[in-house]
Amino acid sequence: MTTRIDRAFAAAKAANRPAFVTYLMGGDPDLATSQAILNALPQAGADVIELGLPFSDPMADGVVIQMAGQRALKAGQTLLGVLGMVEEFRRKDENTPIVLMGYYNPIYSFGVDKFLATAKEAGVDGLIIVDLPAEEDNELCIPALKAGINFIRLTTPTTDDKRLPVVLENTSGFVYYVSMTGITGAAIKSRSAVGEAVSRIKTHTDLPVAVGFGIKTAEDAAEIGKHADGIVVGTVLVDAVAKTLVDGKATDKTVSAVRELVADIAAGVKRARA
Amino acid sequence: MDGTNSLRNGPDEHGRFGLYGGRFVAETLMPLILDLEKEYRAAKVDPEYQAQIKDLATHYTGRPSPLYYAERLSKHLGGAKVWFKREELNHTGSHKINNCLGQILLAKRMGKTRIIAETGAGQHGVATATVCAKFDLPCTIFMGATDVERQMPNVLRMKMLGAEVRPVTAGAGTLKDAMNEALRDWVTNVENTYYLIGTAAGPHPYPEMVRDFQSVIGTELKEQFRELEGKLPDAVVACVGGGSNAIGTFHAFLDDPEVAIYGAEAGGHGIDIENGHAASMTGGRPGVLHGNRTYLLQDKDGQILEGHSISAGLDYPGVGPEHSYLHDTKRVTYVPITDNEALEAFQLCTKMEGIIPALESAHGLAQVIKLAPKMGKDQSVVLCLSGRGDKDVESVGKYLGLLK
Ligand SMILES: Cc1ncc(COP(=O)(O)O)c(C=O)c1O
Repeated sequence: MTTRIDRAFAAAKAANRPAFVTYLMGGDPDLATSQAILNALPQAGADVIELGLPFSDPMADGVVIQMAGQRALKAGQTLLGVLGMVEEFRRKDENTPIVLMGYYNPIYSFGVDKFLATAKEAGVDGLIIVDLPAEEDNELCIPALKAGINFIRLTTPTTDDKRLPVVLENTSGFVYYVSMTGITGAAIKSRSAVGEAVSRIKTHTDLPVAVGFGIKTAEDAAEIGKHADGIVVGTVLVDAVAKTLVDGKATDKTVSAVRELVADIAAGVKRARA
Repeated sequence: MDGTNSLRNGPDEHGRFGLYGGRFVAETLMPLILDLEKEYRAAKVDPEYQAQIKDLATHYTGRPSPLYYAERLSKHLGGAKVWFKREELNHTGSHKINNCLGQILLAKRMGKTRIIAETGAGQHGVATATVCAKFDLPCTIFMGATDVERQMPNVLRMKMLGAEVRPVTAGAGTLKDAMNEALRDWVTNVENTYYLIGTAAGPHPYPEMVRDFQSVIGTELKEQFRELEGKLPDAVVACVGGGSNAIGTFHAFLDDPEVAIYGAEAGGHGIDIENGHAASMTGGRPGVLHGNRTYLLQDKDGQILEGHSISAGLDYPGVGPEHSYLHDTKRVTYVPITDNEALEAFQLCTKMEGIIPALESAHGLAQVIKLAPKMGKDQSVVLCLSGRGDKDVESVGKYLGLLK
């Protein structure tokens, strides 16, 4: 059975380009604006969407995504609210995969089984949960796989060849290679090292490998996209939201700013292998 | 008692104490945490490492710390004999040094060249800066901006010891935020950096490791009390922030059911006030934060609350996982102590015994003050006096209206 994620990566591959994965924080700066951004992403060029679950203590995120999460929480966003965004999105888009990205506690608090059932029903395709390494697979990864939701694992520069099989064992959908040891929003130190790492991971798995953290421009996307099956862009898109706000509130420029930046980077994605 | 029925066997090989504990960290940190565990297992059975710790404990920290009979206070309370295990007399003024020495030796063994730590009251920051000075390693201490204000003497001490103090303004600027920021630094500098966690919490193996380093408190206490009184104490009491002085005090007594054990949590303005206290076991529920599953203060959506305590060292929405386990199994009774109760205990101790306790330790003392009068004159209760209150005199002075 192919999934939306499989099809999205296959389609990009058929077009001889990497898949473009975009991140937005669910509910930033408010539910309606965030929904409008989400709905606009596929047309702007996104192949896969990562939708952030806001959390009070995002230990792996830089200040830009921290602030976005705080704005969303302040505007009243909840886990159920993010799932509602997915449900709404699915009314018009049956094809673009959505991966929820966040931290475990809100899910644990909600109840794992209830969460998975609701997420599946809403049309969620995958999960990236930063603080659930392979050692804690029984918590959510295995139940998610049983519920038909992909569990996408992060691999990092510290994941060596010995550990990679452990990390990849229950990974499905795609593999997310974190380009650096660091938090979201930092800069990539060496592009060539990223290419080597992707090749190394590919000797261990047939899954597509997407690279994220530190990709900020169309040029980055074109460069990194030469070697990767997908490129993930997050912080600059979240920052595009932040820059349009006045007193923390959305303006008529908010949605279009993200749309334009996504379109711009999508052009870089398209010329990655041209 | 030992073997299968012992409460002293945790954690299991997954780092769990029953439901609690574990390794809930980003993949970037996972290989390092596995390395650390391996290194710690090796060190634990290495006579040379143990000898180094013993030597430093004696000649640097000043161990064993005395067990002191608080005679005036006992008479005043009119019940059990009250004793203090005087960790405040340790070098740097608290129990925190016990842990820092153990961990800095590990960091050295692992070839790490930079140390980071979080601190609330600044006692752990000072102890870390101290061992870094002694062992010639650069260190960066993350401290909530609110705590930088209310624990200024310790900030100055850290700076003089050569540490870089980074104030953290996120959230309420307290211990939780400092820990987030330390974790972010660690993920970024994982190659060369050792994270010297200051309490018995965080991902496995930290809760076990820190407990082991602090267990010297209870082990000494047990022996000292037996020498002086020829028996076991009837009750032991400690304050609980992340829970390191408490687990260090309790661990030796877990399998002695005749010893009642009490942990004093920060009750702040009162347990009924949401976000007005930091009593994670009395007022929270299990969740996952900072690498472990444990009791946490959180809202109905699983967002972590900031909490509140007059004492920076107890102002943390979680607690070490072994305490969560001991709470569920009811071996230890955890009680909330309000800011005001702690302030009263602080003053009583100062005036009656000539010992200025840390505000953290004053929470434990407040529980002793409740407990002792209900106990017999032939009974004894021992408090872990975890730290001295020099760092708090300014804040307390403000509360009491002595300073404007
Ligand atoms: C004197 C003193 N006691 C207790 C604590 C609380 O920590 P723990 O619960 O880990 O002992 C602190 C923390 O800063 C402290 O400084």
